Amino acid sequence: MSRGKKQVHLAAHFPGVNSTTVWSDPRSGSQIDFSSFEHLARTAERGLFDFFFLAEGLRLREHAGRIHDLDVVGRPESITVLNALAAVTDRLGLAATVNATFNEPYELARRLASLDHLSAGRAAWNVVTSSDAFTGENFRRGGFLDRADRYTRAAEFLGVVRELWDSWTPGGEPGTFAHSGPQFRIEGRFPVPRSPQGQPVVIQAGDSGEGREFAASAADVIFTRHSTLEAGREFYADVKGRLARYGRRPDDLKIMPGVTYVLGDSDADAQERAAEIRRQQVSPQNAILALEQVWGRDLSGYDPDGPLPDIDPDPDSVLVQGRVRVADPVGVARKWRALSEEKGLSIRQTVIETGSRQSFVGSPATVAAALEEFVATDAADGFILVPHLTPGGLDDFVDRVVPLLQERGVFRTEYAGTTLRSHLGLPEPVWKGDTP
Amino acid sequence: MTSTRPLHLAAELVAGSGRADPGTAARTVALARLAEAAALDFLTHDDSFAGPGLDALAVLARVAPETRSVGLVPTVTTTHTEPFHVQAAVATLDWVSRGRAGWRIAVSPTGAEARLLGRRPAPPTAELWQEAGEVAEVSRKLWDSWEDDAEIRDVATGRFIDRRKLHHVNFQGATFSVKGPSTVPRPPQGNPVTVVDATRPAARDTAAHHADVALVRAASAEEAAALRAELHRGARAHGRDPGQLRVLLSLTVDFDAYEGGAGALAELIAGWHGGGAVDGFHLVPAVPERDLERFVAGTVTRLRERGLFRADYEGVTLRDHLGLARPVSQYATTGVSV
Ligand SMILES: Cc1cc2nc3c(=O)[nH]c(=O)nc-3n(C[C@H](O)[C@H](O)[C@H](O)COP(=O)(O)O)c2cc1C
Repeated sequence: MSRGKKQVHLAAHFPGVNSTTVWSDPRSGSQIDFSSFEHLARTAERGLFDFFFLAEGLRLREHAGRIHDLDVVGRPESITVLNALAAVTDRLGLAATVNATFNEPYELARRLASLDHLSAGRAAWNVVTSSDAFTGENFRRGGFLDRADRYTRAAEFLGVVRELWDSWTPGGEPGTFAHSGPQFRIEGRFPVPRSPQGQPVVIQAGDSGEGREFAASAADVIFTRHSTLEAGREFYADVKGRLARYGRRPDDLKIMPGVTYVLGDSDADAQERAAEIRRQQVSPQNAILALEQVWGRDLSGYDPDGPLPDIDPDPDSVLVQGRVRVADPVGVARKWRALSEEKGLSIRQTVIETGSRQSFVGSPATVAAALEEFVATDAADGFILVPHLTPGGLDDFVDRVVPLLQERGVFRTEYAGTTLRSHLGLPEPVWKGDTP
Repeated sequence: MTSTRPLHLAAELVAGSGRADPGTAARTVALARLAEAAALDFLTHDDSFAGPGLDALAVLARVAPETRSVGLVPTVTTTHTEPFHVQAAVATLDWVSRGRAGWRIAVSPTGAEARLLGRRPAPPTAELWQEAGEVAEVSRKLWDSWEDDAEIRDVATGRFIDRRKLHHVNFQGATFSVKGPSTVPRPPQGNPVTVVDATRPAARDTAAHHADVALVRAASAEEAAALRAELHRGARAHGRDPGQLRVLLSLTVDFDAYEGGAGALAELIAGWHGGGAVDGFHLVPAVPERDLERFVAGTVTRLRERGLFRADYEGVTLRDHLGLARPVSQYATTGVSV
């Protein structure tokens, strides 16, 4: 068999709690009813996607000490939803984002192994490490880890989880485990046999040097935000270049940026829709909020259709909690002011202009070509699609773009295997249980 | 009066040993459908960290979309788990089952369980049940932390939620604290159903205080009646309406050994229930497939013929089946704001 074109991997992100989701659209449905999850998962499976992906947040965001009320709020607990989705899908991978800081290895290993069994080999764990005292207030453990320590814990955590998953022989003989490390000292018998895919797939999301290194050493998939061609190629080369150090091949780790898209009958039509969606995403109230996030000050008195404030940001503010903080508020404010003066933009227009753009905008043919180019030129191995509508936001992509990718010979026309590992083309994990 | 009280029937799915093999999901779905065809109130699924088998809540979430009416009650332990995660998972089971979730609270008293987690040694059992009560309490607060009408989607003001209807719970217990609110919106039943096995004295006060359904074991109708009276007294002492607490007798049945078989069991159930000793029965089959089948075909059919058990579900949620009211959010009634 000749080596064909490099294949595109696709996954679906359930559009819930984020500012991408347009809830004001009349077609926007529930972000919590099971029927919404079922619709999106069935659509993704109809589109032969690798997996369905759920993000996680462990505390509701707050703004100036009050619960943030402008974006979609509220979501179910991931692993439980995915177990239910296993009943209404057959092949689709089921990926849960679960924090390594606020969980214990034994409990999580057991929950993920259960999902892998109940889905016949379709489970994945997206290991995230976000931790701060704010989130920690919901947990026994509290919040106490800085970034380096978070990855130290995450790395040992994942290592222990894999020891537990490996504690049964492939032949089905139960075994015992005993782990003694700096973070965890645990022992006993793991109650769940090896699952059909050997081990659940491991995804990593986190962008720092520590995060990339952790992914290179241990993850099967990286979920990244680098979604332009240039940034994507740089990230791709950097991360793939780290693999050899761990005795891994470039193909052992799939790089999948989270991307948005807008389709239209023509490219111009799609551009128009994209502009309208951006206006919906940045309501007047959201524009002021975005501004306050940079300035770190109460700017509620400002007119979103008026000019930017001429006061300076407060560099030490924690006005907005539960969100990644702007690294250099003074620098960002300077850039925004320059842009708004140059183009004569209001507050809201400035926020729209500087906010992240939809990644792929165009006719289905344009978008299919662009996706192929990203993968063919090593800016990505595939994409985690983030629709802006719940739950119908993936329908048009599956109906109109997937067939074009198939025509181009870069996307499967049927699932070849039954497990998520097989969709991703990942090797069967080698059983390490017997090594002394 | 007592004779017209509805009879509640429930069953254990796996008799304490959920196997984990490729057939687990299919077999559990088949059992659940059997129970559902007989209109049983709910199914329990035992669990502990020491295993063996799969996570019970996961199994019942897997079963939820393949059933329509039967209540789903996994055992959930509170000793080594995070209360915030636990309440979110139970609320989510209620969402995916469209209002059929419960949880049977259990503790992990052994050193072996403690060593699996390595988080802390196992404290004395009395303290664990005290803590379990606190987990039940904070869970109810978190389920209530979103009032029912918190989501407003008000395009004019740009607000998705009315934040005055979301509440920090600020819970401070002996071993943990939780800020809140939950990340999961208020589940369909308001509060999923809380079940406690109150057989052991150590669990009894927690059951009286927090349970919607208490399970007990007893050798005679008199003993069962005494336990039920004790639980009602306890509920009253905690300021609860005992009419909102169902007491079910847990009965392990091996139909191969049970004299008189399904008919005799129907007699016993009718007698104990009619005499007011209990509100219903929780069947623990010795061999799930065989004994649940016989219970449904024999015992339930006879009870139905005598007009003692419903022919079909009359409501949609587990609370409906149990005749328990859907609670109003405690924050909606007090009006305490964030
Ligand atoms: C694409 C992407 C998605 C993420 N999704 C989540 C998430 O759903 N939940 C979460 O708690 N953290 C999420 N994170 C945060 C990461 O887990 C991590 O804590 C954060 O990026 C800081 O780590 P870093 O410094 O290595 O980037 C995400 C990060 C990235 C890059």
